[in-house]
Amino acid sequence: MEIVMSVVVGILFMSATYLMLSKSLLRIIVGTAILSHGAHLLILTMGGLKKGAAPLLGENGPYTDPLPQALILTAIVIAFGVTAFFLVLAYRAYQELGTDNMDKLRGTEGND
Amino acid sequence: MSLLHLAIISPFLLAILVPIVYKLFKQIHTGWFVLPLPILLFSYFISYLSITSNQQSVTNSFSWIPSLGIDFTAKIDGLGLLFALLITGIGALVVLYSIYYLDKKKEKLNNFYVYLLLFMGAMLGVVLSDNLIVLYTFWELTSFSSFLLIGYWYHREKSRYGAQKSMIITVFGGLSMLGGIILLYLMTGTFSISEIIAQSDEIFSHSLFVPALLCILLGAFTKSAQFPFHIWLPDAMEAPTPVSAYLHSATMVKAGIYLIARMSPVFAEHSLWLWLIAGFGITTLFWGSFSAVKQTDLKAILAFSTVSQLGMIMSLLGIGAAALHFETVEDGYFTVATTAAVFHLINHATFKGSLFMVAGIVDHETGTRDIRKLGGLMNFMPITFTLAIIGTFAMAGLPPFNGFLSKEMFFTGMVRVLEMDIFNLDTWGFLFPVLAWVASVFTFIYSMIIVFKTFTGKFQPEQLEKKPHEAPIGMLISPIILASLVIIIGFFPNIISNTLISPAQAAIMPAEGYVYDTHISFWHGFTPELFMTLGVITLGILLFATLPKWKGVYGLFPEKLALNRFYDSGLSGIQQGAHGFTRWYMNGSIRNYLVYIFTFFIVILLSTLFIKNAFKFDASNVSAIKFSEIVLALVIAVASITILFVKSRLTSIILLGAVGYTVALFFVIFRAPDLALTQLVIETISVALFLLCFYHLPQIKDEERMPFKATNAVISIGVGLVVTLIAFSAHSNKLFDSISQYYIENTYEKAAGKNMVNVILVDFRGFDTMFEITVLAIAALGIFGMIKLRLGGGKKNENK
Repeated sequence: MEIVMSVVVGILFMSATYLMLSKSLLRIIVGTAILSHGAHLLILTMGGLKKGAAPLLGENGPYTDPLPQALILTAIVIAFGVTAFFLVLAYRAYQELGTDNMDKLRGTEGND
Repeated sequence: MSLLHLAIISPFLLAILVPIVYKLFKQIHTGWFVLPLPILLFSYFISYLSITSNQQSVTNSFSWIPSLGIDFTAKIDGLGLLFALLITGIGALVVLYSIYYLDKKKEKLNNFYVYLLLFMGAMLGVVLSDNLIVLYTFWELTSFSSFLLIGYWYHREKSRYGAQKSMIITVFGGLSMLGGIILLYLMTGTFSISEIIAQSDEIFSHSLFVPALLCILLGAFTKSAQFPFHIWLPDAMEAPTPVSAYLHSATMVKAGIYLIARMSPVFAEHSLWLWLIAGFGITTLFWGSFSAVKQTDLKAILAFSTVSQLGMIMSLLGIGAAALHFETVEDGYFTVATTAAVFHLINHATFKGSLFMVAGIVDHETGTRDIRKLGGLMNFMPITFTLAIIGTFAMAGLPPFNGFLSKEMFFTGMVRVLEMDIFNLDTWGFLFPVLAWVASVFTFIYSMIIVFKTFTGKFQPEQLEKKPHEAPIGMLISPIILASLVIIIGFFPNIISNTLISPAQAAIMPAEGYVYDTHISFWHGFTPELFMTLGVITLGILLFATLPKWKGVYGLFPEKLALNRFYDSGLSGIQQGAHGFTRWYMNGSIRNYLVYIFTFFIVILLSTLFIKNAFKFDASNVSAIKFSEIVLALVIAVASITILFVKSRLTSIILLGAVGYTVALFFVIFRAPDLALTQLVIETISVALFLLCFYHLPQIKDEERMPFKATNAVISIGVGLVVTLIAFSAHSNKLFDSISQYYIENTYEKAAGKNMVNVILVDFRGFDTMFEITVLAIAALGIFGMIKLRLGGGKKNENK
């Protein structure tokens, strides 16, 4: 299963990269969101999949590795915070500048 | 800290006081406060004469950075003392001259004397340091203060150009010299010059010897304005004349000569040293004197003449080094070149200093330095005329002035090259006397131009800004002293031979147990040198008389090949090239930068994987695959790829949600309940946020599929591939077990919890959580700020 997951992660990274290289700001943010999904799944996969029960002491052991899960949980929250900030930034940028095209967002006159 | 150190540092100390004195005593010319110091230092250094004439030396040291072997070691020997006397002696005369030259009301005297004192101290430091790093420090300080002095009239464009040019060229050489110093340190393990000299035999065959030699030579050549680095010196003539007289004729430009002389005992046995110094020196001599003839500005003639005379001294030092290869060191047969070098060094400082001062007087009293406008000043300025005659005749090498003696010795040295049979000198050696002789003819011509075009001929009052008259006596004192020295040394050369020249020569060519005795005789008899001089005079007079007829020769030389043209176009070429290059890769588009970043990511990781042979594929350690998992994997793959091709943004947001929920399902399958929970909630909120954003984003007319771009596709496939490959290799290469067994065993015993993930988050690794909370708080505050705060910056930009 780890091999399948590695390929899935590769596909997620690929689409994320392609989206981040596009012109529209919204698509770029979609790309970063997919990138973080890929990263989370990668951490989980590298920790080893399905080695045992959920990491709750009531279950019958052996247990799955709890450490990657804790790491991912932290990462999810941080990625969420950043994505939310980024989205509002995009929204405000559009309000002020009137475009979401990255080719047009190139600094102002005399500032280049 | 000895008295010697104090002498070196004293100009710096006085430089601190100068601005204060300038403010306090507005009525008195600041130069009067500066003048006592060089006089005092000169008399202090005179007291060392008794020590160095016995070819002894004095060394004082105090620690600066002992851990790196850098101590401020001051050493005074024959060579150092000679230079120290030149620096302080001419320094005193220049300060005196500048008091009358610079107007105390119109000029910023505080700046001038601070720079001048900085320079004096730095120059003393260069010639009296025994530690190479200390020498380098002072060396750069001379470049720096020379830069300030050339740009003294900073409102003039030409001054700034000249200052920048000299800075670039001399610092270029200085840095290369630093490289040479470091190479020497690598070979010998010490920065001390005397210790390096002691090891010179051992390092001769070291592989770093030649690079060190070349680096040091480059430093000396740039500083001493040798071909082709001489181009900064004529442009440095924009400095006030006292500065030109002091820095650009007598002292700073001789720092390179000092360095060559000082390092001679280390390098002189190598044929490269001889050939490069003698070769470049003689080329500079010829080129400088040849170029001087076509100049029309008095100071420009003097600048090229300085270049040419420096080349002459340099070539003499190079030829002198050859003497080491002969058994006959003792009889002084081949060492005469070195003697001539030291002797001419002193002579040049005397007559060139006075000539610059004369040029300054002419400029000061008539308002121009252009020889086409000048003429017939003899009757107005008899004293200046006399001084000019003495200076130029000495420069041309006419008896009875000191230049005659050094030129005779120069010819002697060059003629004796013919008798050397080493390093191919028997094949090419004849070039030296020939070039030397031709250059002397040109030297004679420009010397005559200086004196006769300025002081005789037709007087053109309408061309002059002021009515010419004799200079004030104060301005004449310094050139009179220098001109008297020219005559005194000319008539009684032996008063300096055993006090100054022999000790200096002993430092350049240390020969054990041998005391140099340099007796300069006025009359050699009918030698070849005498006939060479006679030839120079005859041909020189002939050519000077017919100058207008053949001056057209200079027009034949194409302007395009001039070295200044190379420098200017090189400089602007570098600037434009750098500008164009930056423009090309920094085009302001984020997409481009991401392309660079991703490309480097792919190239570096892939090449590392394959170069290091790190790629591994091992399926023995994997878990089983279920059908439902395959379905989920397919869903997430299809969803994420479809996002790339959908037209509508709404669809792509929904597909993103699908990816997120599938990830949550994976978390469920892979036994991570907390993750699944969090992922579900957060994905919901994220999608809601995306929709909110979508609602406010432009009314999309061009809501269409992203145009397909092949490069983007290649890069993204590359990134995906690299990630997958690394994931394979990492998983197949487990080096050690996880540390999680500890958490599993101790969750309940030590932390009183059954949910291991939660216990890790708040107990074992609580710090992560604390700062993750901080991240969320900052994000929330940031969002609040972005929405609420309107500081007007945005609006203003829009209005522009």
